[in-house]
Amino acid sequence: MIFHPGILALLLGSALTSSMLCYCAYEGVRIIWGWDIRSGSERQLELERRTYLVSLVMSYVLGFQLLSLFLFIYTADTLSPLFIGAMCAAGSLKVNGFGYPALILKIVTCLLAGLWLIVNFTDNKAPDYPLIRIKYWLLLCITPFLIAEASVQAGYLLGLKPNIITSCCGTLFSTDVNTVISDLLALPRLLSQGAFLASTLITMALGLYVYLKTKGACLFSIVSLFHLFISVTALISFISIYFYELPTHHCPFCILHSEYGYVGYPLYLVILVSALSGLGTGIISPFRKIASLHDVIPHIQKRLALISILANSVFILIAGYGILFSNLSLAAY
Amino acid sequence: MKALEKQRNILDFTLSSLGRRKGKNIALVMVYTFVIFLLASVLFFTHSLKKEAALILQDAPAMTVQRLVAGRQDMIPMHYIDSIRQIKGVQSVVPRLWGYYYDALSGANYTLMVNADLNDRAGEIIIGNGVSWRSAPGKRNNQGLQKNDIIPFKTYDGTVLGLKVKGLLPFASELVTADLILVSETDFRKIFAIANDQATDLVLQVRNAKELPTIAAKITQIHPDTRPILRQEILRTYDAVFDWRGGVILMVLAGVFFAFIILAWDKATGLSAEEKREIGILKAIGWETSDILLMKFWEGAAVSLMAFFMGIFLAYLHVFLASSILFAPVLKGWSVLYPHFRLTPYINAYQIATLFFLTVIPYTVATIVPSWRSATIDPDSVMRM
Repeated sequence: MIFHPGILALLLGSALTSSMLCYCAYEGVRIIWGWDIRSGSERQLELERRTYLVSLVMSYVLGFQLLSLFLFIYTADTLSPLFIGAMCAAGSLKVNGFGYPALILKIVTCLLAGLWLIVNFTDNKAPDYPLIRIKYWLLLCITPFLIAEASVQAGYLLGLKPNIITSCCGTLFSTDVNTVISDLLALPRLLSQGAFLASTLITMALGLYVYLKTKGACLFSIVSLFHLFISVTALISFISIYFYELPTHHCPFCILHSEYGYVGYPLYLVILVSALSGLGTGIISPFRKIASLHDVIPHIQKRLALISILANSVFILIAGYGILFSNLSLAAY
Repeated sequence: MKALEKQRNILDFTLSSLGRRKGKNIALVMVYTFVIFLLASVLFFTHSLKKEAALILQDAPAMTVQRLVAGRQDMIPMHYIDSIRQIKGVQSVVPRLWGYYYDALSGANYTLMVNADLNDRAGEIIIGNGVSWRSAPGKRNNQGLQKNDIIPFKTYDGTVLGLKVKGLLPFASELVTADLILVSETDFRKIFAIANDQATDLVLQVRNAKELPTIAAKITQIHPDTRPILRQEILRTYDAVFDWRGGVILMVLAGVFFAFIILAWDKATGLSAEEKREIGILKAIGWETSDILLMKFWEGAAVSLMAFFMGIFLAYLHVFLASSILFAPVLKGWSVLYPHFRLTPYINAYQIATLFFLTVIPYTVATIVPSWRSATIDPDSVMRM
């Protein structure tokens, strides 16, 4: 393990969030078992109070997870000089087998926690808490992911060994760490350009449809999920090269560096926000039939669709700015 | 807009309510600030040391070749140069002569290094600032060594060699030159009794940096008793060492930190009767549990942010103006001739984010349950008291 302050911070943060979530899961089990809205017993009152605690904790968990996602990437980035052949986070995440799984689990837990908060928000709008059992079952499903994320991250961070000068020899003759993942994601440019354009148009159009007609939310959320993957692929395969001004450099992490004005942070953030709001419209859609939520859900869906449209527009604006004002021209390719 | 107005009003109320309990809150903020100050000082200081090391090593040779005998560094024969120069991609190979000299008079270790400019001026030396002060204890007016003063060196065959100071190294480079003495090759060989066909190590210039590992591999193939060291590796080692030192201090400070968390928990749990009554009244006049939780959130945010910025500000002053008197001996290492230097102020968002994770998040976690407990108080039970 490397005694790096960033690593200590990440380990402490994930230990705290996962233990908080374990506590919430315990409360969740109690609520699933004993919840009875019609009862006025001492126990029911106590459980109703506990729901406040759980939603409070969950909103903090989401905030911490988002922060820790970016802190994780940044830490991997700063550690890269310690490993032979690693130029940025892409290399240092490959140092052991836990790096990329940890990153993916972090993104998944962020999305799940966000979805939970959307369901919770919807539920709190109705006076009779119609989704209480569903949302606590969902909480029980999220908990293993967060624990897995904390353990995989710990496995990655504790397993890091820097290639420093040893007493026997100075230079270690290992081959360069290949960043295969970025090459894999670098699909043919025309294909990914076409896919990205089509997917953006469809997502925005469907979002507009949901916003105006409050219909088609399920389809919109499926499309949003695909759009998440397509935008990340597009970012790596043809948007990032305009920021790097280098047609052969497809790196998902270098774009986060100060040389490129940290432009990667807003780009990744709006991708996450757009996916989250898109998925959110779909996940609450089946509950429209519940009487107390009948009027509430369309309103929330409208708002989420609007957020998704705005997030996608911001993405297009930033990426478009990068492409139009870049010194790189691919006309010759 | 309405939601924003609501947040603003609650924040307004929270701040005035915090102001009403000054004593308790000032104590908490002070301890909080102190904890953040300690952690931030460690982070800023180690980071600046790393930056400084990287800046200095920029001019270091891309590759150094040493010879090992029985696992320890030894003199390298000059004829290695020819075979290494044959390797394609090697631009130049230059032998270096340097070593450490213990001066019994001042009790300090000097670094002696051969400088080509002095080679035809045997008997003359150029010294660093630390040396000039160290070597002149008996001098009148306590002025330090001047030009044309003579430093006696005890050679390895027992005789004494007096060398004349011909100049001082510039102050700007003190971090690297404090204990440095530049000598001519003849004097160096005389002091340490080194044969003419040997050097301390070899320094390589390589045209293409990407070829460095290949050239290093070839050198160890031709001369299995050598150890090539790349500049990149020295940097990496410095990075790891400073990170490790910073991490160890953070672990030592963990005790202080846990004490603080317990204090925060205690302060948040132990609501006074007055505070309880305040919450009871708020609920009685129509505030919901979620509003009280919001108020508690703003309370925590106000306390945390205040302590966070004050702590960072104080740490900045401590590290970059007061040369971090609290941690310097442990973090930078020590030596009799340690150079005096002031670090270049350098703070980035990553350090702030790390600090936030190490301090504000544990504080927030410690106060979640107490604030929930106070927000769910029954109004009637409080007001009856």
